[in-house]
Amino acid sequence: METNNDVLILAIESSCDETAAAVVRNGREVLSNIIFSQIDLHTIYGGVVPEIASRKHIEKINQVIQEALDKAEVTLDDITAIAVTYGPGLVGALLVGVSVAKAISFATGKPLVGVHHIEGHISANFIENKDLEPPFVCLVVSGGHTHLVVVKDYGEYEILGYTRDDAAGEAFDKVARAIGLGYPGGPKIDKLSKEGNADAISFPRAKVDSSEYDFSFSGLKSAVLNYLNSCEMKNIKVNTADVAASFQKAVIDVLVEHSIAAVKQYGFTKFAIAGGVASNSALRSAFEQECKKRRIEFFHPSPILCTDNAAMIGTAGYYEYIKGTRSGYDLNAIPNLKLGER
Amino acid sequence: MKILALDSSGLVASAAIIDNGLTIAEYSVNYKKTHSQTLLPMLDEIKKMTELDLSTLDAVAIAAGPGSFTGLRIGSATAKGLALALNIPIIPVPTLDALAYNLYGSDKLICPLMDARRNQVYTGLYEFKDSKLCILEKQCAADIAEISEKINALNRETIFLGDGSTVYAEKLNDLIKVKFTFAPASCNRQRAACVGALGEELFKNGISQTAAEHAPEYLRLSQAERERLG
Repeated sequence: METNNDVLILAIESSCDETAAAVVRNGREVLSNIIFSQIDLHTIYGGVVPEIASRKHIEKINQVIQEALDKAEVTLDDITAIAVTYGPGLVGALLVGVSVAKAISFATGKPLVGVHHIEGHISANFIENKDLEPPFVCLVVSGGHTHLVVVKDYGEYEILGYTRDDAAGEAFDKVARAIGLGYPGGPKIDKLSKEGNADAISFPRAKVDSSEYDFSFSGLKSAVLNYLNSCEMKNIKVNTADVAASFQKAVIDVLVEHSIAAVKQYGFTKFAIAGGVASNSALRSAFEQECKKRRIEFFHPSPILCTDNAAMIGTAGYYEYIKGTRSGYDLNAIPNLKLGER
Repeated sequence: MKILALDSSGLVASAAIIDNGLTIAEYSVNYKKTHSQTLLPMLDEIKKMTELDLSTLDAVAIAAGPGSFTGLRIGSATAKGLALALNIPIIPVPTLDALAYNLYGSDKLICPLMDARRNQVYTGLYEFKDSKLCILEKQCAADIAEISEKINALNRETIFLGDGSTVYAEKLNDLIKVKFTFAPASCNRQRAACVGALGEELFKNGISQTAAEHAPEYLRLSQAERERLG
């Protein structure tokens, strides 16, 4: 089945609360994509507990890797290189994947490629869109990240804007908690918003002075909390669906406005979204409409490739591998690794 | 029988190859660089220096806890990756047992101490009987006063070792009523050769895990779990 020219990447991802491994052929063909989600363990704490996440990663990592190899019907002998997320993320969680990946690389003699987690999210778009090639603008939105990025070439990025405070997904989690929806907030707000009026409450669309592409969501979060407090003081019953929908719209409006402005300014014809929040149905349809209106080609990964997974790391790892990127046995986890830095 | 041994449970990062009762190589560093950056390069150095063919290894012995949570995971994840790729088992060696093994053959009471912060230590009590390591007090997390009381009750001359014996030296001076000494520089910290030598014994007694099964023994819940359980 494999020819000698095939590049098979075994990819490992453990940056937050998913233990994941995948085998990817030639960058865009996913032979296996195994994800063990720990979300149930963290739900009772209302968020990811780093030490618990790290402990679970080490319990599950080998099983997930073995499943990825088995499902792809390959052995380590068939693998060309090992790719692993080394940042950004939770340091203890990252270290599990990094340490296992380095040991496998050492024991097999296969090259090791450290991959940036956000680069993985962006690269998830290459998997299902076989024709997508850089350059394009990509908005990465997740629980930990909000980045507006120009993908100049494979592995080459220019960050146009990022959040100055909370990530978009973090704001979803915090607002969800405030209106009693619980963790994780994103999917719950998405669902409840469908029953609410997005224009019912006017929440602020925050701008960051001096930087047109940066984001800020903590003010919006505070505005929602203030609204809830004032309702309580005045003894007004809160319509949580309206709050959810109005909040969500406020987030989406800013994301869409910044993104479309960037695509226009740089004169690109392609735009992609990535990251956990890219699964949000209202976000998707807002971008679909806006892009259609302006004849911009719109790309987005399936939900399974939006969440943290290793297939996206395999794809990013492939492009780094063919560029000649190699990591040493001293590769360390870097919790605040910047995109485009090594 | 050839065993690759690792210990990154505390401040020391250590790797060794034990081959049929001989230490072929041992590399220990007690310096504040992160184990994540040092452990595998050390192993690589050993491999090059001793022309080690990794496919000849029979097992990976690992200091399996207790210890620094992150340090333990770096060691265990490394062991799990090696064991997965080489298709060999893991020998989990209790960290404090391996530390006590430094003082092989001593007729004194052996008390390894690892600083566990919050006025606690990871510790245990050991002696050698008929050249076998015997456990008098199984490894545990304990208050320094608690373990001192137990030592006083046994009323035997004691040797302390481990980073906890440095951190709590003054307290021990106050608390310990029996005659005691501190082990010298040559044998007072974690050493992978001890993990490997004791691991070989354990392996011969049928103790091993698959690479997938293995996880560190922390002896402590995470802070979030402790707080939730009140």
